[in-house]
Amino acid sequence: MIQIKSLSHTITDTPILQDINLELPQGQITALIGPNGAGKSTLLNAIGRQIEVAHGTVTLDGSDITQIAPRDLARQMAVVAQHLAVGSRIRVADLVGFGRWPHSQGRTTPTDQTIIEQAIEEFDLIALRHRFLDELSGGQRQRAFIAMAYAQDTCWLLLDEPLNNLDLKHARTLMAQLRRMVEHAGKSVVIVLHDLNYTLSWADHVVAMCDGKVVFTGPAAQVATAQSLTDLYETPIQISTVEGQVFARYHR
Amino acid sequence: MPSAGFWAKTRTGVGWAYCATLVGLFGLAGTSLFVGVQDLSLRTAFTDPEAFQLLLVSRLPRTLAALLTGASMAVSGVIMQLLVRNRFVEPGTTGTNESAMLGLLAVTLLAPSLPIFAKMLVAALAALVGTFGFMRLARHLPPQQPLLLPLVGLIYAGVLYALATFLAYQTDLIQYIGIWLAGEFSGVIAGRYELLWLAGAVSLVAYIAADQFTLVGLGRGLSLSLGLRYGQVVALGVATVSMVAALVIVTVGTLPFVGLVVPNVVARMMGDNLRQSLPVVAGLGAGLVLACDLLGRVLRAPYEIPAGTIFGVLGAVLFLSLLLGRRPNG
Repeated sequence: MIQIKSLSHTITDTPILQDINLELPQGQITALIGPNGAGKSTLLNAIGRQIEVAHGTVTLDGSDITQIAPRDLARQMAVVAQHLAVGSRIRVADLVGFGRWPHSQGRTTPTDQTIIEQAIEEFDLIALRHRFLDELSGGQRQRAFIAMAYAQDTCWLLLDEPLNNLDLKHARTLMAQLRRMVEHAGKSVVIVLHDLNYTLSWADHVVAMCDGKVVFTGPAAQVATAQSLTDLYETPIQISTVEGQVFARYHR
Repeated sequence: MPSAGFWAKTRTGVGWAYCATLVGLFGLAGTSLFVGVQDLSLRTAFTDPEAFQLLLVSRLPRTLAALLTGASMAVSGVIMQLLVRNRFVEPGTTGTNESAMLGLLAVTLLAPSLPIFAKMLVAALAALVGTFGFMRLARHLPPQQPLLLPLVGLIYAGVLYALATFLAYQTDLIQYIGIWLAGEFSGVIAGRYELLWLAGAVSLVAYIAADQFTLVGLGRGLSLSLGLRYGQVVALGVATVSMVAALVIVTVGTLPFVGLVVPNVVARMMGDNLRQSLPVVAGLGAGLVLACDLLGRVLRAPYEIPAGTIFGVLGAVLFLSLLLGRRPNG
C-alpha cells in the first residue's frame, strides 16, 4: 500500500500540491482524475520519486520512498511519464530490454530475455522491434515505453495519461491489459486519466483532484457520481447505465 | 522463436561494423608507419637499425597518438551529447576546451615549474568547472528548441576563449593558445605523447558505463524510474569529458569537429545504444584523425599541414551534409 502524508509541493512559488493525505489501495486500478492543472501529474511524479517534494512523505509498504535504494525502488515501482520526447536513437527492442535494468544491470539472463519477448508481444511491437524510437508515431512510441515498464515487472505501475496518443483499439487493449495484470498477477496500477468513460468502466478506485487538493476519493462505483463529477469539472455531466455499462455524457 | 532471428540479425550487423572498423584501422595504421619525410619501408625497418629507431621513436608514437586522440575525442563527444541530450554539441562548443585552456594558462603563469601531469590535472579541474557551468546554463533552455543549446554553447565558449586570449595577450603567452587549439602530430615522439594513453584508458572506463550513459540520454525521469543514480552518472560523464579535453590539449592540441561529427555519423547508422556503438565511435574517430594526419603528411610533402586544419575542412563538410540531410523530426 502507498501512503501519502501531508504532501505539499511548489514550483516557483506556485503551490501545486497542498497538504495531500491519501492511501492508494494495493491490487486495484486507481484513477487520478480532475481538470487541467489539478496537480495529478505532480502527485504521480512525487509518488514515483521523479521529483523531490518540498514537504511531506510517501511511504511504500511502510517505508519512506526516499529511504529506499534507487535500484530496490525500481524493482517495486515503474513510472511511465507523460512527455516522452526522445532525442536518442534507440531500437524498440533495446528500450524494452532496459526495463530489465533494475534486475540485471545490463547482464541480461535468459529469464530477462523471456520477459522482454513477452512484453514485445503483449504490446503489439513485434513488427516494430528493429525500428528506432525517433521513427515511430506518438502512439507507437508510447506503447514501447509502456512495454518497457511492463518488462520492469514491478508490483506498482504508475502511468501518466497513457491513453493520450493511443487509437481506440490500443487504448482499449491497454486498459484490458492493466485489468488483467491487476487481477491475475496481483499488480497495482495508478493511472492519470482524462476520459471519464475509461475511468468509469475500468477503475476500481478514484482520486479526484482540483487546485492541488484531493476533492474526493474512494471506490469508483460509490464516489464518481453525476453530481460530484459535475462539481469537479465545472461542466454538466450526466451518468447513465446502458446494458449494464456506466456512461458519462458531457460532450454536448 | 522470434528472438533468435532478431539477435542473430543485429549481431551480424554490429559484427560487420566492428570488422570494417578494425580492418580500416589496421590499414591506416600500417600506412601511417611508412609515410613520412624519411624513407622507411618494411624491408629497411628490420634490417637497418637506424630505420628501426625511426619507427620506434617517431612513426609508431605518432600513429598511436593520432589513434588515441581521435578515439577519446569521439567518445567524449558522444558522452557530452547524451549528457545534455542534444546532437549538436561537443566539448569544443560547451566551453570544456576553453576552460581547460584557462586552467592551463593560469597554472603556467602561477606555477610554471609544475610537472606536466600536475598542469594537466589543473586543466582537467578547470574543464570540469567550465562544463558544469555550461550544464547549469543548459537547464534553463527550452528543450523543444534543440538548436538553441549549441548556439548558447558557442557564445559561452567564445566568452571563455576571449578571456583566455586576453590573459595570454597580457602575459605574452599568446602562441600557446594557437598550439593548444591547432591539434597536430608532427611534434610527437616517444616520451612526449604517453599521457594520451590515459585518455584512452578514461574512454575505456566510459565503455564500462555504456548502458548508464545510454539511459542518461533517454532522460532524467526514465533514468530515475529505472533506479539509475542519475547525478553520479552525469558526474562521471563530465569528469570523463574534462579529463580527455585536458589530456588532449596538453599533448597534441584539440581538433575541431571530431566529437561532433563522428557520433552523429555512427548514430545515423547504428543508433545510440552505446554498448553496441561506442567501439565504432572510437574506431571511426581514431581512423578519421589518423587519415587526416596522413593526408597532412602527403599533401605538401616534405612540408606538413596540421591534422586539425584538415579535419576542420572535412568535418565542416560532413557536418553540413548531416545537418541538411536531417529529417524534419530528427
